[in-house]
Parts: sequence; C-alpha cells; structure tokens
Amino acid sequence: MNVTVLYFARLREAIGRERDVFSLPPEVATVGALRGWLLAQGEPWAGAFAETRRVRAAVNQEMARDDATPLSDGAEVAFFPPVTGG
Amino acid sequence: MANTQVRVQAGDFDAGAEIARLRAGNAAIGAVASFIGVARDRNDGSPVATLTLEHYPGMTERALEGICAQAVQRFDVIDLLVIHRVGQLQPLDQIVLVVVTSAHRGEAFAACQFVMDYLKTEAPFWKKEATPQGSRWVDARESDEAARTRWSAASE
Repeated sequence: MNVTVLYFARLREAIGRERDVFSLPPEVATVGALRGWLLAQGEPWAGAFAETRRVRAAVNQEMARDDATPLSDGAEVAFFPPVTGG
Repeated sequence: MANTQVRVQAGDFDAGAEIARLRAGNAAIGAVASFIGVARDRNDGSPVATLTLEHYPGMTERALEGICAQAVQRFDVIDLLVIHRVGQLQPLDQIVLVVVTSAHRGEAFAACQFVMDYLKTEAPFWKKEATPQGSRWVDARESDEAARTRWSAASE
C-alpha cells in the first residue's frame, strides 16, 4: 500500500521536509500502525515525534479521531502538532 | 438554508464591508455578531515582532466548512462568514474574522463563539512567532480544548 505522508509546523522542521511517499507493508493499515512504523524507521521520525508533544494526524484531510483510523491505498496522511490558529 | 462562506487568504479583510455585504437587502436579519482575532505584540512574556501562520491547504478549507456546517445545523443563523489569514503578519494585524447574522442575538452570539471554539482546536493552522530570543512555535492551550469540549457536553 502506498501512502503520501505530510508534515506540518514543528514536525515539518524537525523532519526537514514537507512530505514522504512510502510503500507500506500490509500490516501497517491504521494511523497508529503507521506512527509505530515511522518510529521504528529511526531518524528523523523517532526524534521528531518524540519532541513534539501530542502529535495529531489527519487521513485524506479529515482529522483522525484515534489511532484505529484506517488507511487505504493512495491515502494522504498528515502528522502535525496541536493546532494554534484563530 | 443558511449562507456559509469560508475564505483562507494572505490579504487583509474589512469587517465593515463584509457585514454590509451580508446585510444588503435582507430585512430578515435582526442581529449581527462578529469576532475579530488580532495579532498581539507580546506572548508568554516576550515581545513578538512577527507572527507567521502556516496551514494545510485543502484541509483548512474543508475543516472550516465542516465547522460552519455544524454551526448552521445547531443554531438558527442566516449567514455565516469565516475569513482566516495565512502567511506573515505583524502586531496589530487582523488574523481571523467570524460574522454571523440571524433573526435574534442569542443564536448569533452562540454561533460566533461555537465557530471560534472549534476553529481554535480543529482547523489546521499553526502560529510561529519571532521574538528577540529567536523564533518559536506557539503551543496549544488546554483552555482552548476545554472551550470546545464544553459544546459537546452541552448537547448531551
């Protein structure tokens, strides 16, 4: 399964780029599994996710309510810190 | 059916002109409530020289439209307008405008506050401020989360 992963704000700076495209193993089928898989890839993800308190996620531009949110082939997944607009 | 409009833009806005445009010729409107968020020159004890707003193009508009859809379902409003700026701003600059028109003030006040409380916690914007000690990302406030949660408790 292929997914595009986007990073924003502090997380984007810590990772050093705006996006990655990954070909994921079949068992990585939820937001939570993707988070774990990225951490297991080591740097820059491990450090970036560790230093950003409460990393939130969106799948196909909808806020992911929990780690069980499923991924599908071609999904756009975004990781970012809690929002601070307004 | 309420009229909702969402704009994400770099440029400034004119609240008076927007309100006049919404009201024009509509005698059903009995109340207009608005909120303007403005960039301050201090935050967390430091002077702030510039404020840069990053966002998630595409999702930002969808999130704001989703918040407006919830608001018009919940409150009896006639118009709902949200304008949010992005890019580099300075103290005194306007950041966000919410305008609600309705027949009566209660619904207008409530809808305006509802939209801002949800925008603060659900719309993908991030603020970075330049201070004399360097630039830093603004941290989310727990009080903003509490302000939004209040609305879900009220509906149960």
